[in-house]
Amino acid sequence: MQKENIQFLKQKARIIRYNILETLEIGKKGHLGGSMSSADLVTALYLYKMKHNSKNPDDPDRDRFIFSKGHSVLAQYAALAECGYFSKSVLKTTKTLGSILQGHPETRTPGIEANTGSLGQGLSIGLGMAMGAKLDHRNYKVYVILGDGELGEGQIWEAVNTASFYKLDNLIAIVDYNKLQAVGLIKKRYDLGDIRGKFAIFGWKTFEINGHDMEEILQALDSVDEIKGAPSVIVAHTIKGKGVSFAENNPAFHNAALTKEQIERAKADICNS
Amino acid sequence: MRQKENLREAYGKELLKCAKANNKIIALDADLCGSTKSIYIEKEIPARFFEMGIAEQNMTSTAAGLALVGKIPFVHSFAVFAAGQAYNQIRQGIALPKLNVKIIGSSCGLSDFGDGATHQSVEDISIMRAIPNMVVIVPVDAIETRKVVRAVIKYNGPVYIRINRNDLINVTKEEDPFEIGKIFKVAEGNDITVFACGIMVSQALEARKTLLEMGISTRVVNVSTIKPLDIENVKKFAKDVKGVITAEENNIIGGLGGAISEALSEELIKIKKVGINDEFGQSANCYEDLINYYGLTPKNIVNMARELVS
Repeated sequence: MQKENIQFLKQKARIIRYNILETLEIGKKGHLGGSMSSADLVTALYLYKMKHNSKNPDDPDRDRFIFSKGHSVLAQYAALAECGYFSKSVLKTTKTLGSILQGHPETRTPGIEANTGSLGQGLSIGLGMAMGAKLDHRNYKVYVILGDGELGEGQIWEAVNTASFYKLDNLIAIVDYNKLQAVGLIKKRYDLGDIRGKFAIFGWKTFEINGHDMEEILQALDSVDEIKGAPSVIVAHTIKGKGVSFAENNPAFHNAALTKEQIERAKADICNS
Repeated sequence: MRQKENLREAYGKELLKCAKANNKIIALDADLCGSTKSIYIEKEIPARFFEMGIAEQNMTSTAAGLALVGKIPFVHSFAVFAAGQAYNQIRQGIALPKLNVKIIGSSCGLSDFGDGATHQSVEDISIMRAIPNMVVIVPVDAIETRKVVRAVIKYNGPVYIRINRNDLINVTKEEDPFEIGKIFKVAEGNDITVFACGIMVSQALEARKTLLEMGISTRVVNVSTIKPLDIENVKKFAKDVKGVITAEENNIIGGLGGAISEALSEELIKIKKVGINDEFGQSANCYEDLINYYGLTPKNIVNMARELVS
């Protein structure tokens, strides 16, 4: 892996975090914590791993990305704008009446592949896309980012079992393991136990990484390509609110409105990182 | 007396026929393929049949994914599970983005008579009808079921189809038209109009005979598309009569009766509803016992018609 590549992606991740803040005007509530925790993963997918082109968004062979933890869509909007799916000036319209950028992912937005945000459904949608690829003998891959809190949804485990049963090696789940759900620490409120072990026992190939270490992220995404006959999961340890000093590990910023000072501070944190 | 024919058999065989001609068609089932008759696809085109296990929510969202990559998935389960267990998956992942998924609510209404209330759908029409973008179809007989299968394949969008488990009288003919969003008059009359769906169309035709002997002339309309409702023709068929009766094998709240009442809310006409009176089903020896117990009968229609004309 070239050092320049890592540096380039780290810089892109900074820009994407900055773009996330662009979606949040002063006093507008937004899911900052989970968007920031997944920002490095989203950067690596859109700017390194995935085969996609904003000039040809309907290419049947494109890789698909589904943000199952749809509330973190601000990170996806940030990346889509960076990739040219729409102008960066649109980011400011997020969550306003008539905007193409809704509070949760919808297919009306260029580059968004599915409606998600009702937690637990995105992996199943990705499963259907992966089945479609096999039926059509296409080589595209389907990447689904799940929240750790989202793993409380039973439907996730239905999809986990089915993906394994149908040997869908073109389906890759990435768990944004930031340890916090909306109200607090997952371990205290609704312990999900050994996440990696649970996927493994269902027959998935498992990887565990630091979800903010770009080199580890790229290595894991490349390693997944070698897996045949089984779906893969990358359990990515992350920090909720990563990159914004006052929001890190603070559930108060799961969905919060920022003051003028907080936005300025957050932007400074990102630029200085 | 016209022939009886099984609706789910008609459904399964027609779907197979269509699937042979159109490789976009995929069948998904949740361990009920023997009942829903998606088994015909499994037997003859196994590559396009997916056993999804007893996991209806995953099955339904998977269908959304298949539709997003250009397939025409047919999701099968009993109506109570297809519409109930996976309600939110239909709402969020399919209806909202208007995906081309067909949801088959089989063994609908009270038609799974032995299994009792847990397996009998008394509100699936109501809940599916309340979802924006959703098309809701109740085929009246086997002949119409085959036309419905062909029509929904041509229609690009989400559709809920309610399929009865049992043999029902063929009230339509092969040459009769079917179109999504249109209602069809099956018998003319000028005192009362009965808007009916499913098994209740033949019950209404029975009632019509009795009423005719009493000097009451009854128009019977088959409302196979509950949504989008053919409001123009509902108003037309309700205009010149003394009263309207709705007849359905569903809760009278929110189903066909609700839809017709909404459509006629600005008209000065009395509407009476035959249907399940906001209660659950129960087990019985046969379908007919339940139909009679819940008053889904020609007799009930006759009584209401007499009240309306008096």
